[in-house]
Amino acid sequence: MNDAERVRQILDETGAPVIVFDKVRLAFDENEVLSDLSFTVIKGHTKIILGASGSGKSTILKIITGLLHSDAGVVWVNGQRVDELSEQQMMIVRTDLGLIFQEGALFDSLTVRENVGYKYYEESDMPLDQVDARVKEVLGFMGLGEHIEKMPSELSGGQRRRVAIARAMAFKPRILLYDEATTGLDPITATTVDDEIIKLRDLEGVSSIVVTHQLRDAFYIATNMAVRDASGAVRVVPASPEKSNEAEFIMLKDGLIVFEGNAEELRRSTDPYLQTFLS
Amino acid sequence: MLSFSSRWLKHAALETQEYVRLVTAALGGTVSPPIYRHDIVEQFDLLGVGSLTVVLLTGLFTGAALASQSGLTLDQFGARPVVGRLVSATMVKELGPVLTALMLTGRIGSGIAAELGSMVVTDQINALRALGTDPIRKLVVPRMLAGLVMTPILTIISDFVGIVGGWIVSRFQLQLSSELYWSSVTDALYVQDIYQGLIKPFVFGFVIVTIACHVGLRTKGGTQGVGRATTVAVVAGSVAVIAADFFVTQILAKALY
Repeated sequence: MNDAERVRQILDETGAPVIVFDKVRLAFDENEVLSDLSFTVIKGHTKIILGASGSGKSTILKIITGLLHSDAGVVWVNGQRVDELSEQQMMIVRTDLGLIFQEGALFDSLTVRENVGYKYYEESDMPLDQVDARVKEVLGFMGLGEHIEKMPSELSGGQRRRVAIARAMAFKPRILLYDEATTGLDPITATTVDDEIIKLRDLEGVSSIVVTHQLRDAFYIATNMAVRDASGAVRVVPASPEKSNEAEFIMLKDGLIVFEGNAEELRRSTDPYLQTFLS
Repeated sequence: MLSFSSRWLKHAALETQEYVRLVTAALGGTVSPPIYRHDIVEQFDLLGVGSLTVVLLTGLFTGAALASQSGLTLDQFGARPVVGRLVSATMVKELGPVLTALMLTGRIGSGIAAELGSMVVTDQINALRALGTDPIRKLVVPRMLAGLVMTPILTIISDFVGIVGGWIVSRFQLQLSSELYWSSVTDALYVQDIYQGLIKPFVFGFVIVTIACHVGLRTKGGTQGVGRATTVAVVAGSVAVIAADFFVTQILAKALY
């Protein structure tokens, strides 16, 4: 068995670490954004990163996807040490990573169909009818089937975020990274996006990192779970205690982790900064 | 003062390094997969066919103005019959390539910088990378190839239309016979002139597009940054075309004549 097969075997096991940050440090000029940051994301679990604007939340996602490189420390993604990889080598790691950007970052000159199927249209030899079928399947899952031929400018903010999620999940990555996916959305639309995040985690087995400063959405994702009933319909219901423990919170402050734990522990924390943040 | 100059030098060195890195990667992208063929075709159309009107008008009026001006001057020496010679030599060797390039800088350079700049500030470039696409191969290579191929073609068209513009003025304003004008046009042109007229736009096309792509991809600071990038692309592109014209002329004058 070669190294790649051994890594694949380890990652297939329950409880395998899919993302590991070990003493990661990053500074822009004099401003230290991340200071010795360490955490682990377990397969199928959700890590919710909270923090004020500028605390380095989005930077973490950019380091994971190789869009930024850390100054020091080690970053493992799916058994690959990404802090050492070149842009070309990162392309392979990115095949299993989906990143949902803050404002969606949809390609504004492409239709919803072309955006969602982008990776298949541009980076694969998959026959067009199969790509179309996959695009329709994903848009159907997100409840966006009727918008397939629209341009991004014709969609509402919530629809754009959902198309961005559809684009990220279309090629079936095992890790999804959400960067402020609900920021700026009204509570009803935000809940729709949260439900999609929960469904992908619980029904598709996707490991995820959710970066947000929207506490309502963070707790909703952590304390709910998706189930498929006997008729095949999907419902989002309150999570069991075991399921709730699979969503871990990290609170960032000045590039450091000031809290790590589950939703209940976060609620019960007496730390003055956390109290201020939660109030 | 020293700190300002050292900062400026550091910034200039960084920009040069990044420009060279971009050009190297783009040249590498032309000979290895993946090649985005439909983007190349699209850019050929946008840059070539899309610029045709502006190039035709520029060429026509430049040739006409040149004939009109030189006709007056040549009259002082009784040399009105050689106006075609002057128009063709000037258009083919100098004005055709340079004016076409300057027009393309305004039209294409600004467009590329604005488009790529907008993609940078709206995270679309990062989205491309996250989806496994190399932005240089997808965005820069097709534009660079279009610049390299279409600028010489547009220049040839501009040269021809300019000579036609000169003929219209010579025939109807300077009352020169058409035969005399056209024989004068062909008399003045040597093979070396044609080479010069073809090599220059090749260089200009490369310079305009790569500078615009470099500036666009390094856009910072939201919509204001996009506006700034567009201005920089046009100014830097125009100055680079004029400077490249001087150096290429020097090199070709030594090599060809």
